[in-house]
Amino acid sequence: MTDLGQRSDGERRDGAPRGSTAGTGVRTPSEPVPVQRARPLPGPPVDTPLVIETRGLTKRYGTRAAVDDVDLHVARGDRYGFLGPNGSGKTTMVRMLLGLVFATRGEIRVLGHEVPREVHQVLPRIGAMVEGPAAYGHLSGRTNLDLLDASGPGPRAGRRRRVGEAMERVGLGGVDRRPVRTYSLGMRQRLGLAGALLSKPDLLILDEPTNGLDPHGIREIRELLVELNTEGTTVFLSSHLLAEIEALCTRVGVVDRGRLVLEEPLDAVRRPTGRVVVRTPDADRAAAALGSALVDRTPDGALIVTPADGTGAAGLARHLVGAGVRLDALEPETVSLEDVVVRITGPGSDRT
Amino acid sequence: MMVVELRKLFRRPRTWVTIGLLCLLPAIVAVFLATTRIAPAPGEGAAFLSAVLESGSLYPAAALALVLPIFLPVAVAVVAGDTVAGESGAGTLRYLLVRPVSRTKLLLAKLVSIVAFVVATVAAVAGTSYVVGVTLFGAGDPVAVVNAIPQISGPGGGGSSSGGSGGGSASTPSAGGSASAADPAAPAPAAPGAPTAGAGADNGAPALDPTQARERAADSVASLSGDPLSPMDLALRLLGAMAYITVSMLGVGAIALFLSTVTASSLGATLGALAALISSQVLVTLDAAASVTPYLPTRYWLAWIDFFRDPIFLRDIRSGLFVQAAYVVILMLAAWANFTTKDVAQ
Repeated sequence: MTDLGQRSDGERRDGAPRGSTAGTGVRTPSEPVPVQRARPLPGPPVDTPLVIETRGLTKRYGTRAAVDDVDLHVARGDRYGFLGPNGSGKTTMVRMLLGLVFATRGEIRVLGHEVPREVHQVLPRIGAMVEGPAAYGHLSGRTNLDLLDASGPGPRAGRRRRVGEAMERVGLGGVDRRPVRTYSLGMRQRLGLAGALLSKPDLLILDEPTNGLDPHGIREIRELLVELNTEGTTVFLSSHLLAEIEALCTRVGVVDRGRLVLEEPLDAVRRPTGRVVVRTPDADRAAAALGSALVDRTPDGALIVTPADGTGAAGLARHLVGAGVRLDALEPETVSLEDVVVRITGPGSDRT
Repeated sequence: MMVVELRKLFRRPRTWVTIGLLCLLPAIVAVFLATTRIAPAPGEGAAFLSAVLESGSLYPAAALALVLPIFLPVAVAVVAGDTVAGESGAGTLRYLLVRPVSRTKLLLAKLVSIVAFVVATVAAVAGTSYVVGVTLFGAGDPVAVVNAIPQISGPGGGGSSSGGSGGGSASTPSAGGSASAADPAAPAPAAPGAPTAGAGADNGAPALDPTQARERAADSVASLSGDPLSPMDLALRLLGAMAYITVSMLGVGAIALFLSTVTASSLGATLGALAALISSQVLVTLDAAASVTPYLPTRYWLAWIDFFRDPIFLRDIRSGLFVQAAYVVILMLAAWANFTTKDVAQ
C-alpha cells in the first residue's frame, strides 16, 4: 500500500496554489512541496507515516478541559490502545478525530487530511464505533446496515454483498429478520462493528468495542481485529480495560484527566525491571540468606530480590540453594501495564 | 440520502399509526353525522361540515378542516421534532455523520421527509374521507354541491379575511363579481344557499367590513349559480386546498426541525413547536397584536377555504404561501447554522 497520508498531503498543497496564485507565479503547481512539520514530534516512529496525528489538541467544556493539549501519534499498521479511566476524555478524543465534536484548540490530521476541514475525504476510509452501538430498533440488523450503506457515498451495486460480508465477519451471518430491539447487547455490539467494517476501512476507530460481550465474544473480536490488522487496517481502540489493551495492542497511549501521560510501544512499557521474583516454602530462611538484596515481600509470600550485579537469576538460584533454601519458582519481574497505569494516572473522574 | 430518509420514515410503524389516527377522526365524525343527520348550523363547527350531508364528495374538505387546527400540526411537530433529536438521542446520528453524510445534506433530507410525511398524511386523510363521505352521504348531484359550497363562505370569510382592509386587495373577487353580476338570473337559482351564506358571513367574520363580506358572499353565490362546479373543478379545487394545507404545515415542520437541532430531546422540540403554534393562534385572535398578526405562522392557515370560492380568492393564499416560505427559509438557515457547527456528543 502506498503512503496515502503523504500523497494526499501533496495533493492538497498542490491544489491550493493552482487556484489562488494563478497570476502571481509564486510557485508552479508541479514544483514539489516539502512536507513540513511545525515542531519535532516526540516519540513516534520516524520511518512510519502517521495515520492519526494531533498537536496540542484541546477541548474545553466551560472551564473544564475534557481533552487537554494532547499530541497523539498513531502509525500505519499500529494496533493502538487508547487507555484511560472513565471520564478521562477518551470518547471526546474519538469524537474529535471523527469530526463529530469540534476542538477548542489544536490540530488533527487523520490519514493525511485535516480534520474537521477535510473530514469528508477521510471518513469513507474509516470505520468507527463511538460509545456503544446504535441502530434503529424496529428494523432488522441487515436493514440497518443496508440503510447505513445507502447513506454513505458508496455505490448501490454490491450493497447486499457488502452487508452480507460484514454480517458474516462479525458472526451475525446466521441472524434472522428479527428487529434489533430484540438483540442482546453483545449482538448489538457485533452489529455496530459490522457497520464499521462495511466500507473496508484503512483505519478502524473503536470506542470500547467489547462492551457487553462474553469472554468468547471478546476473544472472537480480538482475533478479528488482529486479522484485519494483518490485512493492513490500522486499529485505534479506546478502552478502560487494561487486559483488553494488553492482549491486543502493539502501542499504548494512556490518558488521564484529559492529558496524554504516556505513549509507547507496549513492549517498552512491559520491560523487565531487573529484579527477580522468588517463590519458596522457606521464605524466612531465604530472607536471612539474601540480606540487603531483599527488596520486598509480597502478600502472597513471594520475595522481590535485586540480584547482585552480573549474577542475575541464575546466580541468585545458586546462592539460595547453597543456603539450603528450597525453590518453587524464580522469574524476572516485569512491570505490568496495570502497574504503569495505576502509577501514572489518578482515580477516574467517576470517583469523588 | 433522501431515499434513505424516506425509507426510514415510511418503515417506521409510528408514521402509519399517526396517519391512521388522522384518518380515523374524520371517519368517526362522518359516522355520527350519517347516523344522526344532525349537521352543525352553517357558519358553526368546522368548515364544510354543514354541507357534507348534501354531498359526500365535499367530505374531504370537511375532513381537512377537522384535522387542520390541532391534529395535523401536532403530527407534523412530532415527526419533525424527532428528525434530528431522535437520531441524536438514539445514537444513530453519529453513525450517519461518520458514514459520512454531510450535515447540510442530512438537514435537507430531513426537510424532504417532513414534506413527504405531510403530503402522505393530507392525501391519506382526503382519500379516506372521500371514500367515507361518498359511502355514507352519497356522491351528491352537482347542484347539491353547488348549493352546498356557498354555505361555507361564512367560516371561510371569518378565518381568512379578518385582517383584510384595502379595497384594492379585494379587487379579485370584486372583478369576478362584476363579471357574473351581469347575469340577471344570478340570485334566483341560489336561493337555497343564499340566505345562510349571508348570515354565515356576518356571524363568522366580525372583523370584516360587512359590506365587503356581503359582497363576497353574494359574489360566490352569483358566480356559482351561473357556472355550476363540475366534479373535475371540485377535484382541482380540492387538490389546490390540499397543496396549500401541505405548505401551511411546513412552517410548523421548520420550527420543529430547527428546535430538533437545538435540543437532544425530540419531545422538547415537538413541544416547543407546539408552544410556538399555540402562541401564534392566540395572537392571531388578539386585536392588540394586529401589528404582528400578518407574520404569524397560523395567520393564513384557513385561507385554503378560499379555493372553494368563485372565483378563487387568491390574496390570502398568496400571503399564506409567502409567510410559510419565509418561515421555512429562515428556520432552515438557523437550523443549518446551528447544526453544522454543533458538537454531536450524545
